[in-house]
Amino acid sequence: MNKPVDFQKRELKGYSNVQIGEKSKYKDTQTYTDPSFLFNEAEATPAFMTGSEVIREAIKRANIDLSVAYPITPQSEAAALIGELYAEGYMGDYFRGENEFGVMSQCAGAAFGGARVFTTTAGPGTLRAFENFPMWSGARLPIQVCVTMRGVNSPLSIQPDTMEAYFLLETGMLVWHAETAQDLFDWILKGYIVAEMPDVHLPIAVCCDGFFVTHTKDTVVLPDEKYCLPPYDPYRSPVPCMDMECPPVRMMRDPFVMKSNYISYMTQASWQLEVRAAIERSRKHTKALIGDLIECENTDNEIVMIASGTAVSQSREAIRLLGLEGINVGLIKIKTLRPFPHEEITEALKNAKKIFVPEFNVAGWLAREIRAVIPNNERVVCGPHVAGGMTMPSEVIADEIKKAMGMKVSGMTARG
Amino acid sequence: MERMNIRISGLGGQGAVTAAHLLAMAANRDGKFSISNPFFGAEKRMAPAESYVRIGINKIYDRGELVFPDVILVFHPQVITMQKSYTAPFFSGIKDGGLIIVNTDTDLLSDEENAELKSKNVSIFNCDATTLALEIGGTELSTNMAMLGAVVGVTGIVSMDAMDGALQERFGKKYVASGGTATLDEAIKKKYAKKEQLIQKNLDTIKKAFELGGEWADEHKPALAGAGALTG
Repeated sequence: MNKPVDFQKRELKGYSNVQIGEKSKYKDTQTYTDPSFLFNEAEATPAFMTGSEVIREAIKRANIDLSVAYPITPQSEAAALIGELYAEGYMGDYFRGENEFGVMSQCAGAAFGGARVFTTTAGPGTLRAFENFPMWSGARLPIQVCVTMRGVNSPLSIQPDTMEAYFLLETGMLVWHAETAQDLFDWILKGYIVAEMPDVHLPIAVCCDGFFVTHTKDTVVLPDEKYCLPPYDPYRSPVPCMDMECPPVRMMRDPFVMKSNYISYMTQASWQLEVRAAIERSRKHTKALIGDLIECENTDNEIVMIASGTAVSQSREAIRLLGLEGINVGLIKIKTLRPFPHEEITEALKNAKKIFVPEFNVAGWLAREIRAVIPNNERVVCGPHVAGGMTMPSEVIADEIKKAMGMKVSGMTARG
Repeated sequence: MERMNIRISGLGGQGAVTAAHLLAMAANRDGKFSISNPFFGAEKRMAPAESYVRIGINKIYDRGELVFPDVILVFHPQVITMQKSYTAPFFSGIKDGGLIIVNTDTDLLSDEENAELKSKNVSIFNCDATTLALEIGGTELSTNMAMLGAVVGVTGIVSMDAMDGALQERFGKKYVASGGTATLDEAIKKKYAKKEQLIQKNLDTIKKAFELGGEWADEHKPALAGAGALTG
């Protein structure tokens, strides 16, 4: 499928339209900086801030052309903070859409016109916007949306719940799931580099768990704010931008599906396959920037936990608690949900006898994804999982594991 | 102890979230690891609101609702009297040897509850924070500051220098918050002629409550007195 690529030595050439060291056209206190330098060598200092403020700090350095905002908890603060950045001159344009569907459509319009675009959404907003996501990927628009995930169903919940990430998996977008504020900061910037690569050129959803990341104050290391990414170069797009006579716009204004013949369906299907192939091609760029798509700790143990997002953090604490009782448990952190690191996961789980998948959603969709790709999938325990905004205390995870191992548990008292 | 977990139960509008952020910011300034996060429904005055602060000497991953706290701060009597709490009883999950500080001038717990907490060696400090806030801060909106002062006075979990720094950082410069918090920020700023005055009055409130907390700890010798130094 993919040719092996030595990603360690890859040169990250994310620009060709400007000189490195030039002043930013938006903020003259910032200079276009080589991404490798920005991520690896630039002077950086720790700061203590909320996830919403971390999104602002990332966008301050992302040199975006446009952001569209619409309020919905828990992303409203981030959207408002980006408005502050606009007022300070950090981007070309910023406005409020009429609803999330409008927001994502306006983002598409700007991206068709060659702009680097950022927006944020959450929960029901993500679902309201949904028609646009497969449109973005089909049109090969490298828009970034930061999804601060929360409950989507009725009865209403504004609390963390990862169901919307499940819905995003087959949109043809890159889907990354940040564990911490630091992940969020790094991946918003690095996400643009990967998404804008000519052989990828897809929209990206950088997801994080609402409140657990957005409203939590945590330490994050930030490079100096005098640096920013070089601007998006629309001529690196694999499809001509806004050319009415060429794909993909040609196909959208005069859809093949209107013509009932095999070739038209085949064209449609092959384009969908190409979008999925582009997701797979993103691996080499992604690894060069954020390391392996999974992060493994002590996976030679018989019990291994595998998770993404905040569930990883809770697992780390549970492993610490179990360790105090002499129970050793391994951990796999999944960073990217699309591309899904199936080969890496299969390899890392080859010695595991019992696999636990802690999740913040009612479906247990990550467990399904893992069951679908690994051999002997009866090893996978779908859970523990919580939903609707419930917290998953590390004590609960530890007790679930002990119960599954046939051990006695002290009896967790449920709250409420 | 290596880590102190603090659960703040209050009502919407009282600054439970701001208090948690301030405490975590101060701990961070002291060179400790800290994480603070809120937990509330859609923003609404007087509805239950909780926030959590975890402070430790090692990196903290745990987040979300704090089920097993060492310390519980009750910002409003209604948390207890009207069960405006995410848990029943409000002290569910408190660890043995824990500390509860209640903003009240009268004992709100039943004999049964007092006996249960005594059996767990939990100390209860009834601190009249709202009166203190009115007397020193000049507004009941400083109640959260008084509660912070009290917990720092008893446990020493952060230094007063760090607390001062955190206050400057939070109120001394432009701060973008969500609707409800922004409105309250404006309300409290209007109560003072100058921003410096707001910070000074709040700091005075913290300091007075800090002294009261220290005196109470000397007298009652709670298990967590001075435990805020944290050791591994």
